[in-house]
Amino acid sequence: MKNKLHDMPIYMDYSSTTPVDPRVAEKMIPYITEDFGNPASRSHPYGWTAEKAVEDARKEVALLVNADPREIIWTSGATESNNLAIKGASNFYSKKGKHIITLATEHKAVIDAVRECERMGYEATYMEPEPNGLLDIEKFKSTIRPDTVLVSVMFVNNEIGVIQDIITIGNICRENKIIFHVDAAQATGKVKIDLETLPVDLMSFSAHKTYGPKGVGALYVRRKPRIRIEPQMHGGGHERGMRSGTLATHQIVGMGEAFKIAREEMDEENTRIKNLQAKLLKGLTEIDETYVNGDLDKRVPHNLNISFNYVEGESLIMAIKGIAVSSGSACTSASLEPSYVLRALGRSDELAHSSIRFSIGRFTTESDVEFTIALLKEKIDRLRDLSPLWEMFQDGVDLEKVEWAEH
Amino acid sequence: MAYSDKVLDHYENPRNVGSFDKSDANVGTGMVGAPACGDVMKLQIKMGENGIIEDAKFKTYGCGSAIASSSLVTEMLKGRTLDEAQAIKNTSIVEELALPPVKIHCSVLAEDAIKAAVADLKSKQK
Repeated sequence: MKNKLHDMPIYMDYSSTTPVDPRVAEKMIPYITEDFGNPASRSHPYGWTAEKAVEDARKEVALLVNADPREIIWTSGATESNNLAIKGASNFYSKKGKHIITLATEHKAVIDAVRECERMGYEATYMEPEPNGLLDIEKFKSTIRPDTVLVSVMFVNNEIGVIQDIITIGNICRENKIIFHVDAAQATGKVKIDLETLPVDLMSFSAHKTYGPKGVGALYVRRKPRIRIEPQMHGGGHERGMRSGTLATHQIVGMGEAFKIAREEMDEENTRIKNLQAKLLKGLTEIDETYVNGDLDKRVPHNLNISFNYVEGESLIMAIKGIAVSSGSACTSASLEPSYVLRALGRSDELAHSSIRFSIGRFTTESDVEFTIALLKEKIDRLRDLSPLWEMFQDGVDLEKVEWAEH
Repeated sequence: MAYSDKVLDHYENPRNVGSFDKSDANVGTGMVGAPACGDVMKLQIKMGENGIIEDAKFKTYGCGSAIASSSLVTEMLKGRTLDEAQAIKNTSIVEELALPPVKIHCSVLAEDAIKAAVADLKSKQK
């Protein structure tokens, strides 16, 4: 996909955010200019019109995940949903116990919300996943304690795209009467979600990862059996008292339309994207010494995370500026900080640093993928010609045994 | 991060990439840095008969600034004596490439690489 306004690189970063689908944008606009009413205004048609739009959108979000519209609470995005779910539920059910379990590879919005609970007197376990990124069920079972009150596991990982076994984890939570929260920001439109059968109590959603606008999300709060949460935002008592604040009608309309399109088109779209992923995988793994991060089978078709050994991350990003991707290396300062997700999989610093997350989506074309493969092949070759580590590897030197002058 | 034009030039067109035979008595090799830290520089100098460095080559695993620093150093080294080479300070690399503060360690690493290569050559010629 190319940007029509500016000369921009090819967009291969759909897991960061997605463009708003033009059909979504079109549907949103009248609610900014004409039908601008406050959905909470009960005394005139401006309010009624806005309220209807909000409720229609709520139905669409519920339909995508097979939930009751009354179980959907609007928020400002998945970060807020995660915070509301984790702090709200653990506070409400604190009498049961004060132990929380989550994964070390969760999004920061989950990890940091759990850390905040720790500051409030809770205990937390951050489970390390297996090297393929998946949670080991037996290890999970043995982590559960009588005082475990909440488990939070993401549906689809944002960096490596792996899909956790939500059904099994949820059933174990049920057996142990533990509240189960799932961050599904990266899952909507990518994997089928059926909350009628999934044993999940709370689920976070985001609009902008699924071709909707930024700044809006939702939290699913189960009604049967009823799950209670303590509000984190106090005010006018909107959203059944769980989340106060005037609803952003146009954003909500956008999320509803985006989720409707996802429901109607995801099967076809995922088949197409799966083919693009296969092509990208085949092309990139033709390069020597490449390592795919995360399980290849239990993975959404939109994500490919690959480490290119013996090439340094920052110089690689510099070399491939013709495409917009994310790196596992965050070298914004002198101290290099490789991705905590890849580190949790047991990847070495070097491999974590040289990883690139390619994420594709609705507007990715076959030629985008071909361009990416050709670019990577050329630039990896060039950087390896420059790399003393590559030279040593070719000469059969075991880099693990070299005594480096750490600095 | 925005790189200076000089860094970009050295990064896009690195000078003197390659390797000499390490066992050659007239070649000094310096390898500094560590993969875990994100940069490794290999700098080699070749001594001419008149005690002057006649050629230099490098290979670097590292960010754009590290590649540019080592590329620049290979140019600076040619035509110098060993003592003159050892006198090269990282500050002149910082200045020449307009490195930002977070990239100063790249220039320090390049200076270390020169010192290591010169020391290696001197130990061979004893």
